[in-house]
Amino acid sequence: METPLSELSFPPEKLAKVAELISRYPEGKQKSAILPVLHIAQEHFGGWLSPEVMDYVAQLLHILPVEVYEVATFYSMYNLKPVGKYVFEVCQTGPCMINGSDEIIQYIKGTLNIGVGETTHDGMFTLKTVECLGACGYAPMMQLGKTYREHLTKEKIDSIIAECRKFASVNN
Amino acid sequence: MARKLLLDKVDIPGIRSYDVYRREGGYLSVEKAIKQMSPDQVTDEVKKSGLRGRGGAGFPAGMKWSFIAKPEGVPRHLVCNADESEPGTFKDRYLMEFLPHLLIEGLIVSSYALGSHVTYIYIRGEYAWIIDILETAINEAKSNGFLGKNILGSGFDLEIYVHRGAGAYICGEETALLESLEGKRGNPRIKPPFPAVRGAWDRPTVVNNVETLAAVVSIINIGGEEYAKIGIGKSTGTKLISACGNINKPGVYEIDMTISVEDFIYSDEYCGGIAKGKKLKACIPGGSSVPILPANLLLRTVKGEKRLMNYESLSDGGFAKGSMLGSGGFIVLDEDQCVVKNTLTLARFYRHESCGQCSPCREGTGWMEKILTNIEKGRGKSSDIDLLWDIQRKIEGNTICPLGDAAAWPVAAAIRHFRDEFEWHVSNPEESQIRNFGLAHYADPLVPVVAAV
Ligand SMILES: Cc1cc2nc3c(=O)[nH]c(=O)nc-3n(C[C@H](O)[C@H](O)[C@H](O)COP(=O)(O)O)c2cc1C
Ligand code: SF4
Ligand code: FES
Repeated sequence: METPLSELSFPPEKLAKVAELISRYPEGKQKSAILPVLHIAQEHFGGWLSPEVMDYVAQLLHILPVEVYEVATFYSMYNLKPVGKYVFEVCQTGPCMINGSDEIIQYIKGTLNIGVGETTHDGMFTLKTVECLGACGYAPMMQLGKTYREHLTKEKIDSIIAECRKFASVNN
Repeated sequence: MARKLLLDKVDIPGIRSYDVYRREGGYLSVEKAIKQMSPDQVTDEVKKSGLRGRGGAGFPAGMKWSFIAKPEGVPRHLVCNADESEPGTFKDRYLMEFLPHLLIEGLIVSSYALGSHVTYIYIRGEYAWIIDILETAINEAKSNGFLGKNILGSGFDLEIYVHRGAGAYICGEETALLESLEGKRGNPRIKPPFPAVRGAWDRPTVVNNVETLAAVVSIINIGGEEYAKIGIGKSTGTKLISACGNINKPGVYEIDMTISVEDFIYSDEYCGGIAKGKKLKACIPGGSSVPILPANLLLRTVKGEKRLMNYESLSDGGFAKGSMLGSGGFIVLDEDQCVVKNTLTLARFYRHESCGQCSPCREGTGWMEKILTNIEKGRGKSSDIDLLWDIQRKIEGNTICPLGDAAAWPVAAAIRHFRDEFEWHVSNPEESQIRNFGLAHYADPLVPVVAAV
């Protein structure tokens, strides 16, 4: 079955990056580039992978859409639903728990008035709980975009929220 | 101060850049290996060094290398395992973040030994900023002739690529990692065939941990025999330990494996003692999968000897009275911590990370989480403790990959050593919601040692 041609498209520099990624793997094994290409797609198309985006990735890699769905649903970093502009991914595993991650999660919930997995009404923040991110010595911690925020305290959460709001207003 | 082979230069300003790293003696092992040694000689040095895999299982690295199949005309690959997702473990991150060229140097020498012309670093997707650091180091190495075609005029070609994962602990298991590298779900493969025979894209592949491959640099520089003199018994060389939990100085430490657990916890050179002047209750010494030990068993072996921070000593006494060095993720719990709650977070972790292929693991991890949640919330029954024991026993050894065992062991050890704490939760459902069980007969039997000045 032919995959219908997608309406979506990457800009030329992203297409060049995809081609470079594919060239890293053996001839005919372009499917190997799926994880890195999905990361680029998620970043480019608004922070999540819609079915249309996944179909577009399938087309780029010359594989079936189902091969992309299978992969996208397996890995925890891909969002299959829309998320806020800033996603707070707070670690809750043992070493973070014994250093107070529960209180941090409670504090974020209260401050942003959302539950775990929810997004604020203005679409700014999503709260997620995640498992060990390899920062156990700097607990409690969370991932925010490409960065880790470590040694979290309530005051730090306040300033991170303010920082995000400021950044969003400057860049709008 | 113990001898350092991996982190000796970490404090030099600018060591992340090629120029400083090279000026400080970087890439000498590549020159030595490629110009003066054959690939088999490199492997022999690694064998002589006694280096054991630093990813958790401790398999001798040189022996693994010698198993790689060499069928005519089929490319071979080295894959560096930088998935690092075992709770308590953050040493590879430290190494890659602060000494990226040390890993690249180790990868070049190891690729030469194995005949890999395209080597991949499979890194967990969350370490996004480290990918940039590694790719910068790769580009610098390439523009200085240490990567690319005809390295140092030897005719040896090598490219190194960083492959970004996307959040899945199971992809640290080597066959799941290879599936993931091929662009699939991270479902572990049934072994045999082993990766050394049929790995990535059916080609012979060696998978090694970041720290293992970085250690190859000093082995080539000082020689395998010299390396083997450091440490004790089959625990040769130095080991990175990532220490966390309720200690004064969490962080990554390079140790000589002759140091005692007691000194590691209490001396100022390492953890600096238990935080806030509290007492040591328990410790998971080698990453979340290894058995938790109460303070008394942690500090001394059954024979009453000081327990040391190495493969043999930490496993002395078997699972009944010992644990494992594992990945070197050292998690310390003080008197205020609840073993039931801690075990619950680990059970949740394994349930979340199970790939779902085998029913004992898929179902069992979910049941364990549910029962532990009930006990922790004061809704448990006394039969629940036996039920938990029964479930973990039925998972262990009955699954495709060792994640099943890794999920079973923490629960088994917690019940084995802290059964009275589980029972207290069951028989005091209300009290257990407002206070912790605290210390018991297994409490820290020692007066903390006074720090050496
Ligand atoms: C569930 C599971 C997770 C693992 N995660 C890692 C990991 O994150 N990093 C790692 O180096 N090894 C990990 N391993 C061990 C690898 O399967 C493999 O043994 C190791 O990468 C080999 O390298 P080494 O011999 O240099 O230690 C894991 C194993 C299992 C069963
Ligand atoms: S033991 Fe668990 S993680 Fe491993 S293959 Fe089976 S279901 Fe998957
Ligand atoms: S437990 Fe939170 S980063 Fe490891």
